[in-house]
Amino acid sequence: MTAAPFPTPLAPVKRISLLRRYLRRPLGVIALAVMLVIVAAALLAPWLAPFDPNFVQFTLTHAEPGNGHVLGGDSAGRDILSRLLYGAQTTLFGAVITCGAGLLLGVPAGVLAGYAGGTTDRLLSWISDALQSVPGMIVLLVVAAGTGQDFAVLMVALGIFLAPGYYRITRARALAVRKEPYIDAARVAGVTNVRIVRTHMMRAVYAPILVQTALTAGIAIGMQAGLQFLGIGSASTPSWGQMMNDGFQNMLTYPLILLWPSIALGVTIAALAFIGSTLADLVSVRSEQPSRRARVRVREALAAPAPTELSDRATSGTHEHRAEDSVLRVENLRVGYATQNGVKEVVRGVSLDAAPGEVLGIVGESGSGKTQTIFTVLDLLPTGGTAVADGIWVGGKEVGKLPPRERAALLGRSIGYVPQEPMSNLDPCYTVERQLVEPLRHVHGLSKTAARARAREVLVRVGITDPDRVLRSYPHQISGGMAQRVLIAGAVSGRPSLLVADEPTTALDVTVQAEVLELLRELQQEYGMTLVIVTHNFGVVADICDRVVVMKDGRIVETGPVDRIFNNAEQPYTAELISASLDDVEDRRQLDAAWAQGVPITLDRRAAHVGGEDDAR
Amino acid sequence: MLSFIAKRLLSGILLLLVVTSGTFFLAHLAVGDPTPGLLGNSATAAQQDALRAKIGYDRPLLVQFWDWLTHAAAADFGTSWRSFQPVNDQLVQRVPVTLSVVVFATLLSAVIGVAVGIVCGLRPGGMLDRTLKLASVVLFALPGFWISLVLVTWFAINLKWFPAIGYVSPDQSVSGWLSSITLPSVSLALGAIVMVAEQLRNGFLQVTNQDFVRTLRARGLSGRRVTTHVLRNASPAALTVLALMFVGLLGGAIVVEIVFNLPGIGSLTQSASQIGDIPVLLGLTAVTVVFVVIVNFLLDLLLGWVNPKVRDR
Repeated sequence: MTAAPFPTPLAPVKRISLLRRYLRRPLGVIALAVMLVIVAAALLAPWLAPFDPNFVQFTLTHAEPGNGHVLGGDSAGRDILSRLLYGAQTTLFGAVITCGAGLLLGVPAGVLAGYAGGTTDRLLSWISDALQSVPGMIVLLVVAAGTGQDFAVLMVALGIFLAPGYYRITRARALAVRKEPYIDAARVAGVTNVRIVRTHMMRAVYAPILVQTALTAGIAIGMQAGLQFLGIGSASTPSWGQMMNDGFQNMLTYPLILLWPSIALGVTIAALAFIGSTLADLVSVRSEQPSRRARVRVREALAAPAPTELSDRATSGTHEHRAEDSVLRVENLRVGYATQNGVKEVVRGVSLDAAPGEVLGIVGESGSGKTQTIFTVLDLLPTGGTAVADGIWVGGKEVGKLPPRERAALLGRSIGYVPQEPMSNLDPCYTVERQLVEPLRHVHGLSKTAARARAREVLVRVGITDPDRVLRSYPHQISGGMAQRVLIAGAVSGRPSLLVADEPTTALDVTVQAEVLELLRELQQEYGMTLVIVTHNFGVVADICDRVVVMKDGRIVETGPVDRIFNNAEQPYTAELISASLDDVEDRRQLDAAWAQGVPITLDRRAAHVGGEDDAR
Repeated sequence: MLSFIAKRLLSGILLLLVVTSGTFFLAHLAVGDPTPGLLGNSATAAQQDALRAKIGYDRPLLVQFWDWLTHAAAADFGTSWRSFQPVNDQLVQRVPVTLSVVVFATLLSAVIGVAVGIVCGLRPGGMLDRTLKLASVVLFALPGFWISLVLVTWFAINLKWFPAIGYVSPDQSVSGWLSSITLPSVSLALGAIVMVAEQLRNGFLQVTNQDFVRTLRARGLSGRRVTTHVLRNASPAALTVLALMFVGLLGGAIVVEIVFNLPGIGSLTQSASQIGDIPVLLGLTAVTVVFVVIVNFLLDLLLGWVNPKVRDR
């Protein structure tokens, strides 16, 4: 149960549904409407413009709005409104050329690099990086040195500089799609490369390209106006940048001349930016935090005594010990997440407990709620998770109602945690030493030398033979088994009374699994800890646990001592889980028993041997 | 680590070589015969021939290229085709002005961008976070010179807090210098600030959801200490964006300098472009790319320091 960020979806989005979803966003609709008005104004400029944009009328010089000239006149005596409308034509024409050039260069190159990989990819990526390292404005001015009058050439050059944006996004998508099994399937089925690229790749990249185009158009319009502001481009073609320069020259005396083209430019760019951002929101899964209101709703639904939104109100599981005598006790725990279809309850009324020195196994398939249960004990549920319980007791004290800060103070001191996946649970940026020493110094108040000595001692204890090398290493420099030992060392270095281990052997090689399990058992006995171990594997349970809790769909289906469960499971589900687990994992006690009887063990006799061993006791 | 540095340096030098060579041929292709642009259309053929001989334009293009390249390698960018002054002199005068604006803008984006990014990353969906999202959409797309025109009218002309135009050298007055580059730097930095903040915020949220953060919390580390771990893991993306922004700011500075009438490379580039003064344009390109290469190199060092995995690759 890792809470990694969602992978960006690769599933092609249907055109019609994207448009329909877009139209549900008010901001996006407004931006699109504004953009359509601007496009219409540009296209209809010859009919809408009241005057010839270049017609000079001396009485109109610096004129205030009025007299049929809605926005007044510029410093040369030309009608500003007409120039704005024709300027929109220039602006959009330039943006189309730039985006077209960027698309035509960047997208095929990106698909090629992502699909072919290897040298092609390295070469194209180097070119793209190089283009991004060149201050485009300067090179554009170099190009403009000879071709200043020909704006189209300049806009193509601008497109070349913006092509890396298209390239990067297309390449990333193509790379991801290339690794999808359906592309391999298509190849095996004899579909040609060209066809694969045309159908599968293009469909996967088109939505991000739309986003990129809105963004590129905005940037292109801005840079284009900057060039025109510098005096690049034909003097006889009206443009917004040119008009801004005219306004800038007369800024102090006639500020209105600057105002109109600035508004036109600002509104156009903002509209494009909002279109792009709305599209980006639709095609990417940006995991939004649930609102406070949503969290309160989940909490109320979980805590409701009578069936309302959630129908199942019964508790499951039993308590074996008195609350004061238990190291861990959970009463009627419920965990829920807010989804679009209401509250999703993943833990439903779980009760369990563990005595000092006891080893409790929580067994279930993935999705049974076992990991969520222990995350609640740690008070470290993933974002969006809400937990409600009648009581959570740690070390004989009720802690469920404590403020978060006091709950957090239990961690590292009373409760230790061993995670599932060793590599992703060490911070890649820091050495092992730093990660072990930091809690010892700042949580347990040890001095620097004492903390280092303690870290080294615990590393030796967990079976690391060259502790000094491991302490100096970064996580990527040690093996998975070694990393898991480091994590166990980190968990027990604060001498907790309760150790919670979440599938501590699942991600390890089979040979290392037995060693790590053995180590956990040794440490548990040596330190007298209570060990709660979450697993999907009954082999692990048989190996190490005293009692076991079997979970399914967020509920406890069966609780009892390991021997009884193995012998005589009450629930068919438990029996099924046991037989499924034992098919691939050797249980030490079975093997020992078999060895003692001198009988070679076979697969089909295993279940009988578990029983036989119990009888012998 | 040493081979890592050597590799990065080599790649930077290669980039410098490719870009300057590319610009050389691009400029010659674009300008063609420079003499009409330099002398005006009324010049006689004899005058044009004399100028061509004087600036060495009568030699084959490859000879001119080799000549330029070997001199440029020794940091000599030749003489202007217009004023016949050494290009180096003009660069020495102008580059510090542009650089002070761009570096100041980069510092602003780094400091403010990181601060805003952290606050938004810690409280996603909060007031500041929603404001940032809106602001980043618009501010990123709006060109720096547009923002600078707004700032000039508002702060310099209406409120008179800052000088509207002109440059004060730090030799004359440090406070005068600061106040003369504040508005140009802010106009340039606004877009970069929101980009850095947005990038850091997203990285922050992504890292917060990773397994090792839960494990660090489970060891009892305080929120502040966990945040330090998250920040370090989230910083590479923000650093990369910051380096990209530096390139963008160099280009943006050209137009912004014109608005604020700063004697940087902006007006020099503009005039050299209008008359086709190729040596000046080449010198400008080379110097800016050198700065980009330096910044990229620093970025690589920083990334290697932040994440040891990068070093070992």
